[in-house]
Amino acid sequence: MKHRTFFWFFLPSGLAMFLFIFLPILSVISQSLFTPHDAVLVTVENCGPFGCTEETTVDQEATEALRSDQPLGQWAGLGIYLDRGHLAINEVRQLWQTAPSWGSFFDRLGNLPFYRAMGFTLTYTFIVTPLTILAGLAIALAVNTLSSWLKGLVIFFSLLPFIVPPLIGSLILFWMIDARGVVGSFIQWAASDPGLSLKASTGLTWITLMVYGVWHSAPFAFVIFYAGLQTLPQDTLESAVIDGASRWQRIRYVVVPHLMPLVTFVALIQLMDNFRVFEPIIGFSASAHARSLSWAIFNDLGGETRLLSSAAATSVLTIICVAILLSPVLVRTWRDFNGKT
Amino acid sequence: MKHMKFALLTSVAAAAFGTAAFADGHASCEIAEGRVSIVGNEFPAIQTVGAGAQACASDSVEVRTNLTADHQQINVAGMTGNPAEYTSAIVANSSIVALMNEDVIRPLDDLVAKFGGGLKKNQLITVGGKVMAVAFMANAQHLVYRADVLEQVGVEAPKTYEDMLAAAKKIREAGIMENPVGGAYAAGWNLAQEFNNMYIGYGGQFFKDGSAEVSINNEAGVNTLNMMKALSEYMNPDFLTHDSNATNAEFRAGNVALMNMWGSRAATMTDAEGVSDDVKNGFAIAGPMTVGGGNTPATTLWWDGWTVAKNISDADAEATFKALTAAIDPSILADEEVSKQAVWLLDGYQPTAAAEGVFAAANAGSTPYPMLPYQGLLHTALGAELTDFMQGNESAEQALADVEAAYTAAAKENGFLQ
Repeated sequence: MKHRTFFWFFLPSGLAMFLFIFLPILSVISQSLFTPHDAVLVTVENCGPFGCTEETTVDQEATEALRSDQPLGQWAGLGIYLDRGHLAINEVRQLWQTAPSWGSFFDRLGNLPFYRAMGFTLTYTFIVTPLTILAGLAIALAVNTLSSWLKGLVIFFSLLPFIVPPLIGSLILFWMIDARGVVGSFIQWAASDPGLSLKASTGLTWITLMVYGVWHSAPFAFVIFYAGLQTLPQDTLESAVIDGASRWQRIRYVVVPHLMPLVTFVALIQLMDNFRVFEPIIGFSASAHARSLSWAIFNDLGGETRLLSSAAATSVLTIICVAILLSPVLVRTWRDFNGKT
Repeated sequence: MKHMKFALLTSVAAAAFGTAAFADGHASCEIAEGRVSIVGNEFPAIQTVGAGAQACASDSVEVRTNLTADHQQINVAGMTGNPAEYTSAIVANSSIVALMNEDVIRPLDDLVAKFGGGLKKNQLITVGGKVMAVAFMANAQHLVYRADVLEQVGVEAPKTYEDMLAAAKKIREAGIMENPVGGAYAAGWNLAQEFNNMYIGYGGQFFKDGSAEVSINNEAGVNTLNMMKALSEYMNPDFLTHDSNATNAEFRAGNVALMNMWGSRAATMTDAEGVSDDVKNGFAIAGPMTVGGGNTPATTLWWDGWTVAKNISDADAEATFKALTAAIDPSILADEEVSKQAVWLLDGYQPTAAAEGVFAAANAGSTPYPMLPYQGLLHTALGAELTDFMQGNESAEQALADVEAAYTAAAKENGFLQ
């Protein structure tokens, strides 16, 4: 494509990305560097149906003066990034100096919100992503062998988990795995332990969330791989058959290498999505057992007093982490691209 | 189906009543023109108020309501612009704080003087002498229980949490219920609220006198957590996922005999499809319990009321004030369905049996939920940091230290601490 044509072709989406992605990210970054002004507090008498009490409140006039002076708030620099709710530099340093062993260091590190969230998020990402790819590949290969009149129906049903909105999907499963639900009762029966509850133990909650994660995104991987299978070079496959290759060998040496670019693509998208795991934590009411960075943002904004700077700092940290996570795949894609041209 | 029918009938009744009460309604609203837009929580009493305000709509008066459980996430943003999208937010003593912190609601003194003649003095929420909200109902958490089950094991309705534990032990030992205690201990807001109740019951103070400096890592705090842990041993093992909807469902299903529940839900507790006769007949209400030999009940008092936005024209503010005043006119209590929806703070309100618990809470000298600008930050920190203790992963002292650290970081960020 000519550069000029490319420019005009790209302009509309580039403009949209600038307006709706780049500018908001800039505003989030600036929000994370400023905090609200120091509140001017006064003690006043509050009265209501239950009588009067002396209580502290914010002096609006004095605060308003501060606000109109500096509408952005106070410059905090990287202060929010380094506080206990985020990278917790001081707390980590102290742990490092006082922890008697590696085990206890990591144990106590998990008590800090950011590292606790990272612990779950990374485990989730690195378990769910490969399993999603394997499950998607397996479904695609299986569906590809079906006779054509069955295919449409099977494809539709395999896509359902991906079509159901994540929050609703997880809520339905949440009810099913309840100790009194269909799946929950079955597991109790199978394990012959009437007190067993998937929601009460951290380990089982993590497994539940990960199974949900694979269940939800396997159809995405399946659709991509299934499309890729339609472009399989038939002559290569036939020559493999003539050479006496088994079905497994054909998959291993012909199909998988052919699908490799798609695997990279799915891995890229899934790493990004899984790192931002959020809906199942809400849907499964799992925040006592599993927290992610996205959950932390939600929690900051969901309280009666919102923590905008804290939420903004966590958002920026999420973007940075996703960039780090994707860098190996991106570097590889760039090398492949350069190798080809 | 029965439930749906019931709900339908209720709303039909409410609608029919609405037209009846406001047949002369446009006269009683007396709004020439203006825009009224209300955001608020969603439960029957608030829906009644919303519907009452909508009855004031006319060709020149636009009235809209957005009643949703997520109202807290949208009310500040919806009132910050100028002109504000919402001309009124229906709030409680906890959620009004966020609106005052952001300075998005207006003092109502002049409007009350001109058009609020019918309001009682104790309905007016004043902060530093200025009326900031008009309350219409009171609420509190208190004991609800199964009288039949307690009778079976031969105990009275518990007056203290220690009695509750003893009763729970007997019920379990008698083999009647495996987990007889219900508790809205879901991680987040609910768990924090139960901590607040219990901590107040133990006589704890949340902050060092008059400052924003938190102080809960003390004997009262440790006792509170130990009591919550002891209660949780008699709860469904999934208690960290149970909010008040889930505990209600457990009670309705007959799995629970004792629990601390919101007064605003007591009236409709057994109004659901499939509730057995045992549960319906055994259902009973009592006042809130005390704990640790203290006199202050382990609960908090709440009011619900409406506010008027700051960033709107005076004409819209007047219309909003008039419409909401008409919506809480004492005449609405003539409808039996409405009068049992809440403990109304309106003239002529006759407490129904369902209101007993809230009245007992108020009479026993319960503490109102504090209206401090930084209380919400502590609430959020409690909701997130207590779960490790409740699962037995850390000590009470460590959990309280974590809460204090999380709160302090948040309060520093928001300018309440330097």
